[in-house]
Amino acid sequence: MLSALIFLPLIFGVVISFIKSSRLCRIWSAIFSTVYFLLSLSLFVLFDSQTEKLQLVEQLSWFPALGIQYFVGLDGLSFWFVILTAFMLPVCVYSSWNLVHEKVSGFYCCLFLMSTSVMGTFLSMDTVLFYIFFESSLIPLYFIIGIWGGKDRIYAAFKFFIYTAFGSLFLLAAILALMHLNLQSTGEISSNLLDFYKLELPFLGTHLFSTQNILFFCFFLAFAIKLPFVPFHTWLPLAHVEAPAPGSAVLAAVILKMGSYGFLRFLLPLFPQSVEFFAPVISLLAGIGIVYGAFMALAQTNMKKLVAYSSVSHMAYVLLGIFSLNLYGLIGGFYQMLTHAVSSAALFLLVGMIYERTHNLNILDYKGLAKKMPWLAIFFFIVSLSAIALPATGGFISEFLILMGAFSAKNWGALIFGISGVVFGAAYMLYLIHRVFFGSPSLLMEKIVSLNKREILIIMPFVLLVFGMGIFPHMFLKYSSTSLNYLHKHKTHYKLSIKTSSLKKTVPSLSNITISLKEGEDKKL
Amino acid sequence: MLKVAVISLLLTPLVGALINGLRWKSENIKSAAFLGIAPIFISFLSSIYLFFSLLYSKDTSFLVSIFEWLNIKNFQISFSFLVDPLSVFMLLIITGVGFLIHIFSVYYMSEDKRPAKYFSYLNLFVFSMIVLVLADNLFLMFLGWEGVGLCSYLLIGFWFTDSQKAAAGMKAFIVNRIGDIGFLLGMFFLFQQFSSLSFPVLSGIVDTGSFDLNSIKWACVFLFMGAIGKSAQIPLYIWLPSAMAGPTPVSALIHAATMVTAGIYLIVRANFLFVLAPEVLILISWTGAVTALVAALIACAQSDIKKVLAYSTVSQLGYMFVAAGIGAFTASLFHLLTHAFFKALLFLASGAVIHALHGEQNIFRMGGLKRYLPITWICFLVGFLALIGLPPFSGFFSKDEILWSAFASGHFGIFTILSLTALLTAFYMSRLYILVFHGSFKSKVSPHEGGFFASFPLITLALLAVLGGFLGIPHLISEYLPFHPPHAIEVYLKPVLSSAFSFKGSQLAEGLLMLGSTVLILGLMLMTFYLYLKKEEYLVSLKRRIFGFSQFLEEALGVDSFCSSKIVQPVLNISHELWQGLDIKLIQGFILGIQKWLLSLKGLFEKGQNGKMQNYAVFMMFGLLICVLAVLIR
Repeated sequence: MLSALIFLPLIFGVVISFIKSSRLCRIWSAIFSTVYFLLSLSLFVLFDSQTEKLQLVEQLSWFPALGIQYFVGLDGLSFWFVILTAFMLPVCVYSSWNLVHEKVSGFYCCLFLMSTSVMGTFLSMDTVLFYIFFESSLIPLYFIIGIWGGKDRIYAAFKFFIYTAFGSLFLLAAILALMHLNLQSTGEISSNLLDFYKLELPFLGTHLFSTQNILFFCFFLAFAIKLPFVPFHTWLPLAHVEAPAPGSAVLAAVILKMGSYGFLRFLLPLFPQSVEFFAPVISLLAGIGIVYGAFMALAQTNMKKLVAYSSVSHMAYVLLGIFSLNLYGLIGGFYQMLTHAVSSAALFLLVGMIYERTHNLNILDYKGLAKKMPWLAIFFFIVSLSAIALPATGGFISEFLILMGAFSAKNWGALIFGISGVVFGAAYMLYLIHRVFFGSPSLLMEKIVSLNKREILIIMPFVLLVFGMGIFPHMFLKYSSTSLNYLHKHKTHYKLSIKTSSLKKTVPSLSNITISLKEGEDKKL
Repeated sequence: MLKVAVISLLLTPLVGALINGLRWKSENIKSAAFLGIAPIFISFLSSIYLFFSLLYSKDTSFLVSIFEWLNIKNFQISFSFLVDPLSVFMLLIITGVGFLIHIFSVYYMSEDKRPAKYFSYLNLFVFSMIVLVLADNLFLMFLGWEGVGLCSYLLIGFWFTDSQKAAAGMKAFIVNRIGDIGFLLGMFFLFQQFSSLSFPVLSGIVDTGSFDLNSIKWACVFLFMGAIGKSAQIPLYIWLPSAMAGPTPVSALIHAATMVTAGIYLIVRANFLFVLAPEVLILISWTGAVTALVAALIACAQSDIKKVLAYSTVSQLGYMFVAAGIGAFTASLFHLLTHAFFKALLFLASGAVIHALHGEQNIFRMGGLKRYLPITWICFLVGFLALIGLPPFSGFFSKDEILWSAFASGHFGIFTILSLTALLTAFYMSRLYILVFHGSFKSKVSPHEGGFFASFPLITLALLAVLGGFLGIPHLISEYLPFHPPHAIEVYLKPVLSSAFSFKGSQLAEGLLMLGSTVLILGLMLMTFYLYLKKEEYLVSLKRRIFGFSQFLEEALGVDSFCSSKIVQPVLNISHELWQGLDIKLIQGFILGIQKWLLSLKGLFEKGQNGKMQNYAVFMMFGLLICVLAVLIR
């Protein structure tokens, strides 16, 4: 099942790339992506939320000499990201209906390939496999930005690539070091994450350059760049501005989450002492990041840049929550990833809908848009409410829990910064709304037409999710709370085991095929 | 049955808001008004039902749980509602006054293009306000708290094509958010201490007496900070006068009768906590007193009819805070009630005036309106007399109770300030009344009355403003009356309010106070009438002599310009500087520097710049190979 989720988009992508007619391309992409999303919904039935154990595991040897396995599994930490990734695919396909006119098949192919690598990132439980998926997600996005992007697309794509690839180098080094340590302690070569969990990495009290701290740093850097954490964030606004709307949406909703997911999957269980040691500093930096991102957003005159910086601010909340090291913060941080995915993806899609009409993102050129595009204004406002963290929207639940986590952890500095984000967050969002939507319509607004049915259909699920996540957080958290509880309770001795009765028997043949396909993909690119 | 009543109370306004919201394009005022008013009427009936079922029940409160909201470890929050005398008291005000104001809106918004949108917002507001007062825990209360803030934002900026009006809404929201920080921190402190945010649980734990007093004090300070924001006290009052940009019925409902009293409600609701923090109570009463005085001073020099009333609201809220601060919670709520009647009345009457004059709000361009708008005139007069506190109008009883409580509990400083404020109130309201309804008629249009939708709410509220005071007849007077009518509000609210403070003093002093204040206020009122009607030249010369000061008052002490020049502008500048300076130059420059250095180091990478994907793939495979080899070799 999980392999199907990972590799179906790849197959779809390959099929799509052979279709010449752009109309057929769109239709088939729409069909494929919808089917794919519906298929992912079956996880709601297959997944057992009562246990923290790894489920639906598929494990087979890949490079036995190096101990590298094809090892995928699902647990509460990855569950929602899998659904989210599958959900974003049809959204992106529908929202790019009239956006892309050149090389249509290539664009959809890239979207599908990206789904494969992102899905793989969230599901792989082997570190080398994880690394390969983590890295390969760069390539389709690089193309999406570089080919279908805006004016400075090449520069943006390049910068995006350099930045994240730079972080990944550290990740790879750290993974290899872990393999080495594992070899030393157990005598078996393996890159299995579950084996790594069993390692007790040396942490020499306050000694800064202990093994654990160095590895922690490497992992931290890789995920912090992806997140993006404040000193490493400058690739994000540029990439967002240049990317086409679906690209931005998927970048904000899914790609950034790969970074924050990494914190949960790797940093917390692998380096518990280092995490605890650095938590106050990182929390403080996250607090500063929240305010810094908000200030940046306040200064922007480009709509997409503003939303991008708001992402920076919101993702810093995630970090603040995770590094408060208590259950409230952890759950809050986790929930913030989901609510941010919903709100920022919707904001980028909405901004994209404006851009489609005017080809102008300069806020100062806009005025009174609400008069011309009332539906868009309503949706934009509702989604902003989640970004502002108003009660009854998902954003409130997560921000409240994060701040309460910071409070319980007694990170006063971080709390002061974080909580002032409550005001600044409202300020930049409302300031944006004020400048773009209110006032009497300017000349530029003259010919703008309101949203069509397709666009309303795309945004509707987001609007429902905004409120659904705020009013019934329980429905969403119940799939992950067991895992998060376990992660919190067993911080220092985190041991993940595999739930028996998996689909092991039937799958190997299928995955053999798909692995060779996977290799083929690398060569083709 | 009780559950049904609570659900219908909550749900009908929400459903009304949704229906009207989905058909917001409709320009048909009749259907919009029906869909807007009917839910509020049902809510009002439900509130009455709750009132009686509580009255004839042995229990003093009911808890109605709907469903669970959050459940994380010991952080358990559900949508549960607390029906007790305090919440029912507030409900009756909200739905009752809300109903009347909805009706008035039909008249006021009759020419507007978007009546459905308007009623949708208004219903949403009533829903949020009901949640706020019915909430059994602080977390749920915060939902209502932010909900009313949101509706306030939407309704202030209702005519959003006017950029300034929209900006006023934004200002209100952001200033309120500063207070919300306090609300959040207060919740954190309380939860840390009690592991619960539910009022019944909290008061239960407080009764058993095992807690850390210090964190309660902090919690109270921060909750008070939240109250300051919502109830427009110094220093966060600045949003309320700007909020007058909204339609006048909105000002009456949200910015006079209901939402702005949420801060008072919060303090009274948590009174069992506040009485444990006497220092915070002192802070509250002094904040209230200073706000009352300053706002009254500013009101004396305003020329916009709504601004005068707005500052007057701020000032009267100050009275309520004083009462809460000195522990006279009953008096605070009593004034909240009477104020809701007479201030809503005054706003609606001024709305009728503004509407009749086609949007004119400057009182110096009004005058002589009593001949043209007789009903409005009488109603305004009633509201005016109630506000300045002349017997037997309602304001007299509640204000007198506050003054007496301050005096009897020995807060003489505060008592003096409040008395002075009462005199200033008499002055600015008399001035307003004279300038609007007496003197010569200056307008070019021919004003006329608004018919049923305008007159019915006005007359009803006028009756309430006259009679409302008899719900709280002071013991001193009731002794001399037949049947000795009780202080109804005190009796009704007794179960929920702390009786830690008592306000007993000599009857002679109380009587003298009543008499003295009445005489002084009456005298000042007549003097103001005389001056404005007969001796205008004297006023002009007086104004010239204190020109600087009156200018200063007219500009509201320059607080607004201070805020925009010393807070808002710098924040925007700093953010711009940071962006240009730090983000672009430093961080980006630094990283680009590394990048350049790397590129110059390795000629190999230069090829990578051409953006060909094959190269990257090659690099990656190459790098991977090296690492793999490195491991293998070991």
